[in-house]
Amino acid sequence: MYQINQERDNLVISKLTNQFGDAILDHELLTDMLCLTVQKGSLQNIMLFLHNDHELQYNFLTSLCGAHYPETNRLGVIYHLHSFANNHRIRIKTSTELEKPYISTITSIWPAANWQERETYDFFGIIFDGHPNLKRILNVDEMTSFPLRKDFPLEDQTREDKDDSMFGR
Amino acid sequence: MVQKKFNTGYWAKDIVSTEEPKEYNTLNVGPTHPATHGVFQNVMLMDGEFIVSTEQTIGYIHRAFEKIAEHRPFYQITPLTDRLNYCSAPLNNMGWHMTVEKLLGIETPKRVDYLRIIVMELARIADHLICNTVIGVDSGALTGFTYLFQDREFIYEIYEEICGSRLTTNMGRIGGFERNFSPKAWEKIRHFLKSYPKNLKEFENLLMRNRIFMDRTINVGAFSAERALAYGFTGPNLRACGVDYDVRVMNPYSSYNEFEFDVPIGQSGDTYDRFMVRQEEMWQSLRIIEQAVAKLDQMDDKETYFAPDPRFVLPPKEKVYNNMEALIWHFKIVMGETDIPPGEVYHSIEAANGELGFYLVSDGGRTPSRLHFRRPCFIYYQAYPEMVIGNMLSDAVLTMSSMNVIAGELDA
Amino acid sequence: MTQIITKPNVVEAPEGISGEGYFLTSLDKAVGLARKNSLWPLPFATSCCGIEFMATMAATYDLARFGSERLSFSPRQSDLLMVMGTIAKKMTPVLREVYIQMAEPKWVIAVGACASSGGIFDTYSVLQGIDRIIPVDVYVPGCPPRPEQIISGILKIQDLVGNESLRRRNSEAYNELLGKYNIE
Repeated sequence: MYQINQERDNLVISKLTNQFGDAILDHELLTDMLCLTVQKGSLQNIMLFLHNDHELQYNFLTSLCGAHYPETNRLGVIYHLHSFANNHRIRIKTSTELEKPYISTITSIWPAANWQERETYDFFGIIFDGHPNLKRILNVDEMTSFPLRKDFPLEDQTREDKDDSMFGR
Repeated sequence: MVQKKFNTGYWAKDIVSTEEPKEYNTLNVGPTHPATHGVFQNVMLMDGEFIVSTEQTIGYIHRAFEKIAEHRPFYQITPLTDRLNYCSAPLNNMGWHMTVEKLLGIETPKRVDYLRIIVMELARIADHLICNTVIGVDSGALTGFTYLFQDREFIYEIYEEICGSRLTTNMGRIGGFERNFSPKAWEKIRHFLKSYPKNLKEFENLLMRNRIFMDRTINVGAFSAERALAYGFTGPNLRACGVDYDVRVMNPYSSYNEFEFDVPIGQSGDTYDRFMVRQEEMWQSLRIIEQAVAKLDQMDDKETYFAPDPRFVLPPKEKVYNNMEALIWHFKIVMGETDIPPGEVYHSIEAANGELGFYLVSDGGRTPSRLHFRRPCFIYYQAYPEMVIGNMLSDAVLTMSSMNVIAGELDA
Repeated sequence: MTQIITKPNVVEAPEGISGEGYFLTSLDKAVGLARKNSLWPLPFATSCCGIEFMATMAATYDLARFGSERLSFSPRQSDLLMVMGTIAKKMTPVLREVYIQMAEPKWVIAVGACASSGGIFDTYSVLQGIDRIIPVDVYVPGCPPRPEQIISGILKIQDLVGNESLRRRNSEAYNELLGKYNIE
């Protein structure tokens, strides 16, 4: 149904562990994609390496999104990279504490990350160090909370017309 | 290679004297403006009729899809995907079903794959048709829009035969379709394959070598392949810049690898190229549908329309009415009370605007713990300032409509 | 489809007294008749319903048959505000401003579930129905409504327009209604 390129996966793992050593915390194969967990401090260098290395050539940032892990009280950022030359995709994950949500930006490598980082900031409150214009993008500027964190309720809390007894809650 | 007709950038310098300090005007376009086809705001700094810089504001229909998705069972996320790119809802539906199938490891039968391909390519035609006719409208040719919209109506009719709905289709189920295609649907698909090429050809004759249209679009909003890749362009907009990236070919899904079709590319990435790439893709889509219909005709099996996975396939109605277990099972599926095994998956399809990706994380519950939509519009629209700076305002309008930015997908 | 209509439809005359060379009716009715058959809609299309509105305007359904072929994108020169699609909270002040800019008499039609009640988007970012910020005359259900439904909504509005008293816009009750929405 889907293809797994074991050879390439191993190449990426060996190259990255050679270069960065302990900064690569974990690697596993999730369904069909290699997923690497990295330390947030070396994120920018790892990304630059993946982008510039002549053998790997991860030239395309497919997507960038955030995540909230309430059980560990951490915020994560998930990157999907795609190498057009080798037709290979990988996923990079990094995370930071909820109290100090700072992660370095990758807008200097891929301008495509600009709005996606702004969106992630808007949703999760992750501050991307070095981002040229980090402000809210989808929600109104006056908003103070970060809506995609798990503790934020989905429904509008100022509604008065919804009678709980009629909705069975 | 098409020669440059006139370069508006140089024009600006020639006309406005550069000696004195310039006075710029601020122009607000949007959020509701007839030229934007959706709700985006652009605050432009204008040097006469030329754009010096532009500041984009989006989020005017932010509906919090990702937040809703965390509170809905997997079944009930399909209606949300409808409303992402509402011009081609079935494409998004199929993409979402395939994502869940990948997570669950469901293998769909060949017949389902082919049926899906027919629906997806019809949706692609419907989407490109709107985009290209609207480019016509913005350059002053309303005729194409009123004529070709009848064919879009016909595609709607086919959708109606398949799933009962026109625009936001909520088509298909996890593992296949909710019902087999009716004989009337087949009749209409075959009729469409016969009637549409004639109309499309007529539309092409109207615009393709039309002097006015060419002057308005060639070299307007051109973009280089390197910048397009850096900005994360995908789909027709990237192909117009000359990069032959197509998810259907690079990471084939739903048996696309069995089909014969070309991936058209442009040269300079201008508005004309984007128009032409979309135009050619419609022809290719017709080709794919024809092949799929032929393949299905050759198949002995005419009944299979879902994967035999009891977790997601509703039991037959007679059983539901007469059998207790079947009724309970039906209820569980419809109410979304099926637990999904934990896992992480990324699946992408070639939607009408580019790579539509679903990043799905399940923690073993009934709802996803995280679902991220990679919306192609959202990613490539950020390059708009770079594409229009130095151009005239009227060209910026054409560039916008040729990029096919859909507000629902942009803001999610 | 190929049938060509050569005899145009003419609206029926209102009640009145007619004789040779003259026709008498009340001013209300004459004005109502004129207004209802020449509505200038302002399409405030934000999302999916806007595409169905495009279908309504296009050849198959052809809204022009009902005297509304002239879309007015300027709020100053329009009679009917058609709100189609989700209105997010970020959009709220824009919609309100558009409504305030429209000249009297003006009517509002909420097309689709989102504009009427927020629809399936019961979230922190979506306005739960436009009737929270502006008065609405007709609601069209559906997600999105079919073009037939949108046309039916327009016909309902035409009934309202045709039967409206000329003094309604100056009345106490009307000012009270606007006051409820803090519109002067």
